[in-house]
Amino acid sequence: MVDLSLHIPANREKARRYRDRLATVGVTAGGAAVLLAILLIFFYLLYEVLPLFGGTSVADNTPDTWQGGAPPAYLSLEEQGEVGLAVSAGGEAIFFRVADGRIISRRELGAGRAPVTVLAGAAAGGRTLALGHADGSVNLLRSDYRLGYPEGRRVITPSLRSLYPDRELRLGTGAVAALAVQDSEDGLLLVAELAGEGLRGLRFRRQQNPLTGESSLEPSTLRLPALPGQSAALYLGAGQRWLYRLDQDGGYVVLDLQSGEDAGVATIVDQGRLFENGAALATSAMLLGDISLLAASEAGKLHQYFMVRDGRGGHQLQRVRSFDTGGVVVRQLVPEQRRKGFVALGRSGELQIFHTTAHRRLYVQATGMDLAGQAAISPRGDTLIAVDTANTLHSWAVDNEHPDISWSALWQKVWYESHDEPAHIWQSSAANNDFEPKYSLAPLAFGTLKAAFYTMLIAAPLAICGAIYTAYFMAPTLRRKVKPLIELMEALPTVILGFLAGLWLAPIVEDRLAGIFSFLVLMPIGILLFAYLFSHLPLAIRRRVPDGWDAALLIPVVVLIGYLGFALNGPLEQLLFGGDMRLWIGRELGVSFDQRNSLVVGIAMGMAVIPTIFSIAEDAIFSVPGHLSDGSLALGATPWQTLTGVVLPTASPGIFSGLMIGLGRAVGETMIVLMATGNTPIMDANIFEGMRTLSANIAIEMPEAEVNSTHYRILFLAAFVLFLFTFVVNTIAELIRQRLRSRYGSL
Amino acid sequence: MTQPDIHARGHRGPLTWMRSGEPMIWLNAAAVSLSVVAVLGLLLLLAVRGFGHFWPRDVMAVSTAYAGAEQRLLGEVVDWAQVPAQQLREAGFELTGPGPLYGRSLIKQGNREYFDSDFIWVLDEHMGPRAYPPSVAVVERLEWGNLYGELQSVRVDDRILADTGASDRLWPAFQGLIADTRQVRDEIRHIERDEIGGINHRMERLRLQQRSLELDGELDAAAQADLATARAQLDAEYDVLHVQLQALYQSIQGASYTVRLADGQLVELPVAKVVRAYQPNAMNRWQKCALYLEKLWEFLSDEPREANTEGGVYPAIFGTVIMVILMSIIVAPFGVLAAVYLREYAHQGFVTRIIRVAVNNLAGVPSIVYGVFGLGFFVYFVGGELDELFFAAALPSPTFGTPGLMWASLTLALLTLPVVIVATEEGLDRIPVSIREGSLALGATRAETLWRVVLPMASPAMMTGLILAVARAAGEVAPLMLVGVVKLAPSLPVDGNYPFLHFDQKFMHLGFHIYDVGFQSPNVEAARPLVYATALLLVVLIALLNLTAVTLRNHLRERYKSLEN
Repeated sequence: MVDLSLHIPANREKARRYRDRLATVGVTAGGAAVLLAILLIFFYLLYEVLPLFGGTSVADNTPDTWQGGAPPAYLSLEEQGEVGLAVSAGGEAIFFRVADGRIISRRELGAGRAPVTVLAGAAAGGRTLALGHADGSVNLLRSDYRLGYPEGRRVITPSLRSLYPDRELRLGTGAVAALAVQDSEDGLLLVAELAGEGLRGLRFRRQQNPLTGESSLEPSTLRLPALPGQSAALYLGAGQRWLYRLDQDGGYVVLDLQSGEDAGVATIVDQGRLFENGAALATSAMLLGDISLLAASEAGKLHQYFMVRDGRGGHQLQRVRSFDTGGVVVRQLVPEQRRKGFVALGRSGELQIFHTTAHRRLYVQATGMDLAGQAAISPRGDTLIAVDTANTLHSWAVDNEHPDISWSALWQKVWYESHDEPAHIWQSSAANNDFEPKYSLAPLAFGTLKAAFYTMLIAAPLAICGAIYTAYFMAPTLRRKVKPLIELMEALPTVILGFLAGLWLAPIVEDRLAGIFSFLVLMPIGILLFAYLFSHLPLAIRRRVPDGWDAALLIPVVVLIGYLGFALNGPLEQLLFGGDMRLWIGRELGVSFDQRNSLVVGIAMGMAVIPTIFSIAEDAIFSVPGHLSDGSLALGATPWQTLTGVVLPTASPGIFSGLMIGLGRAVGETMIVLMATGNTPIMDANIFEGMRTLSANIAIEMPEAEVNSTHYRILFLAAFVLFLFTFVVNTIAELIRQRLRSRYGSL
Repeated sequence: MTQPDIHARGHRGPLTWMRSGEPMIWLNAAAVSLSVVAVLGLLLLLAVRGFGHFWPRDVMAVSTAYAGAEQRLLGEVVDWAQVPAQQLREAGFELTGPGPLYGRSLIKQGNREYFDSDFIWVLDEHMGPRAYPPSVAVVERLEWGNLYGELQSVRVDDRILADTGASDRLWPAFQGLIADTRQVRDEIRHIERDEIGGINHRMERLRLQQRSLELDGELDAAAQADLATARAQLDAEYDVLHVQLQALYQSIQGASYTVRLADGQLVELPVAKVVRAYQPNAMNRWQKCALYLEKLWEFLSDEPREANTEGGVYPAIFGTVIMVILMSIIVAPFGVLAAVYLREYAHQGFVTRIIRVAVNNLAGVPSIVYGVFGLGFFVYFVGGELDELFFAAALPSPTFGTPGLMWASLTLALLTLPVVIVATEEGLDRIPVSIREGSLALGATRAETLWRVVLPMASPAMMTGLILAVARAAGEVAPLMLVGVVKLAPSLPVDGNYPFLHFDQKFMHLGFHIYDVGFQSPNVEAARPLVYATALLLVVLIALLNLTAVTLRNHLRERYKSLEN
């Protein structure tokens, strides 16, 4: 043996080896990096989704002993959770720093007035404080926090100012025992129970002067019925219509204040007991938005109520949800100020965090603190404070980013506020802040499957039948032209299909609905008729058509039948549907009709999916070994028998895998559904109505979603669901295809 | 493959015929025919509507009479449909014709600022005799869409250049005036966009420079003075241009033309807002052809007007192309690298098989998922970090932390990566092992074999993969909506201002243009023809790319054919 490398200079040889190793390392590193980048998609989606299901954590931040005086009867926190306001039962207001409990300022609120008898906050999340005095008068105060940055440090300067200082708010002469206030754009509403005088109400309507833009308040007295017993709490609902009055024994009365407007006394709409077995009321609160009432019983129950229409045209207070407190008797309910969640504090300091829409207990902790009765949460929901009987201020940092998501909120029927029954609803945003977001993925998933179903209904038969003919019967010369032509469709941008579907096909379907259906019926009949007649033509003529060119022969037939179908539209509509099938459907079948409906989506998306299924199924049938069908034909089977008995069973896994990949495409397609449907998230299988799919929903809402908000993460979840679905479906298809390939290998 | 003769059977009754399975074969054949008809019909529809848009249609003059009210209309008939009588009666029409179907025409009467709507449906039975007067002019304008009417006079300031008294001089005078103002307008645009745009750009860079000096704590008096001088210089340049602009605007302000509209009112309008004017009824076929080509060229080379419903789509073409090029630059090397690793270097075991299946499947993952990933990872995560590190001066307004050209290209590169990997792998797979072994036996290292033998032979497959990737990327819209496409970009991502290629800019895209104009535009009726034209353009572009892929593959395959066998 001659060592060839001897003739090559050693250093060059070394360089070559070095380069080779470098290439190996480079390619391996690069290739692995690219594959990792692909994996990154999966993990990044997961990374964005996971916080949704992350737990809630609460960290104890309790400062030094609080230097405030008497235990507070009212507590609140400002935006940053840095400064708190505590008002004692005697009316002494203290602003203090939460971090160390130091007093910032102090003020006597009752100065110059009758003693304070009642303190009430006006609406969850508001900064308005209402004081009821012993002389039947009411005083409204608002806490303001001014932010300043002297020397680059944030300093918050709190202040209290009187609302409506130039107006005397007096409901009667007795001492105020219970008080409810609502101050909104419509006006100011005050309802109070006065000692010895019962319920008294005052309404101030806000009138805007259209010329000057100034607003004035028009007072009117509400006439309220005399109710037995003593109020434990009074609440005013949003829209200033409902007045809820709860008593100590767990009884409730709901008054309709609109009826007490001009004519007579406000009527009692509903009354009864909040709890079973005569349990007494422990505490109660209004949830953000003033629609839902939360009430806890002395028996350890906790329920959510709101007004719904009853079957008789009236309204009733409906118990909507019960929360599992673990038997703890709730002493204090603290509603969050921006979300539909709340904190429940038990008598011996059991801290629990709930969310109503998600119907979820997010957090439980036994703090061991002896709660004195007041607690507050900051508007951002990240700081919670409470004062115990030893007059110690406790503070907790709450990490609770996404309380509104649970399995039931995403997929099951949820009873949303202001709705008469539980429903699947997707409505992620609204104009107002106290809106209850409705994050049910069910209608979106339903819409996705609906679109895919109608798509497959149209695409599957056409694609598979076409594939069978092209692969098994068609002349090779024709096949070489037809296959690329249909596959060219796959390259057609879906935005074009969507645009044609939305702007061209949808109006046609709407105008010529009868034509579409007559086309569907006429097509098979016409084809069969043509085929039968053709088989009876003299052999000499039939011989002119080469084998496997029937499809070409049928093209004019198809066009003709299509034309005929649509030409029949007018007469058919006149004859069967009284001139307009669309109206007839609505009238006779009671089915609503959208212009951009599932039929249009099915046809358009069918066009997008046909090439995918066609191509894979055709390959599968075409690659069935020839000797199998030859054997069958030789044994006397007809071509059709050979096809159904031998070829199709062999190729069926391939056809199935084509269908799966087509389904994956139909599920993920965005532009066509975006453009060819009305994008309303409804749960209705009606072919004449549209839908909103997961993918279209992402395209519509993603650009507006606030980064890292619950909404944003749910859209990521939708993307993740789509990713997993298509990935699983495609993997199954791919595995089947590989098995098929190895099976043919053995044949 | 056998080709059984399915016709060579004698006469039989319908039942035997049914049982033979032949009807099923025919139905299968019909499925193919139907698919082919659908594909061809779709392309035909796009071609007819798309190309038809630019043809100057004759303008019809007609008077309509309905319920005692007579109205004169002037406009193009753009659509015609038959409506059942009942539908019309429900809409409150009183019908006199025999029915049951009534024809109605959609007339584009233009003059949006004078009439209630620029498109109206008129029942044929309400229309009197139709006329096509040669004197009717169509004026395409920068604002308010087309104007239809009869030209009465043309003047500059108070001087009447021509009027109906000298009708042979009227039209040439109008055209001359339009040509003059157009020239001035081009000049104005050049100054506003290129020169003043450049000054603004430099101003902004000065601001950023100042801010970054401030952040570094190096903004001392000397630096401030430097900045001030630079600014003063730019201000001076701007003042000169401003004066120039004023003069140009002055020079075209006075020119105006008077037109009698369909309802008889006379309106006087500025020539400065005219794009072009023509008298379609008076034109012969060749003149129309010339105008057709002019409008086609305008469509391809001009910028959109009137909320994208008129004018051209040049920025969208440009955006699509530049995005696709960037994407190709990213996807080609990485795709090939991954494929080479998978096929040539990785151990061919279970894991590799799993990876291969996974990569294959990624091609089937919905594109919107890539869009979501691109927005979350590239734009907010990577972009946000880049801004913190390198563009702190511009914060809080984001530079790369917002959707833009680079992120769109990267997202689409990721989306098309599986296409390139799969195609390249197939190409590598086809190369016989004997060739590799031959190369190795001759003493070449693995890297040399790869570089000199394997990759050149696989190049057709790589090109095919890349072109397929490009075709897919050019037609993809859903992910782009999240990562950087806008309906109207103020400037192209490539211009004369440093750094010339603006990766961080948002851009326009043909596919999104279709979606936006067709579905988000306030005047869908007016925009529709343009959408057809844009769709046609996109289809042609993608069909060309696909055909190139096929041709290239065949060509290169031919070249290495002797090796493969």
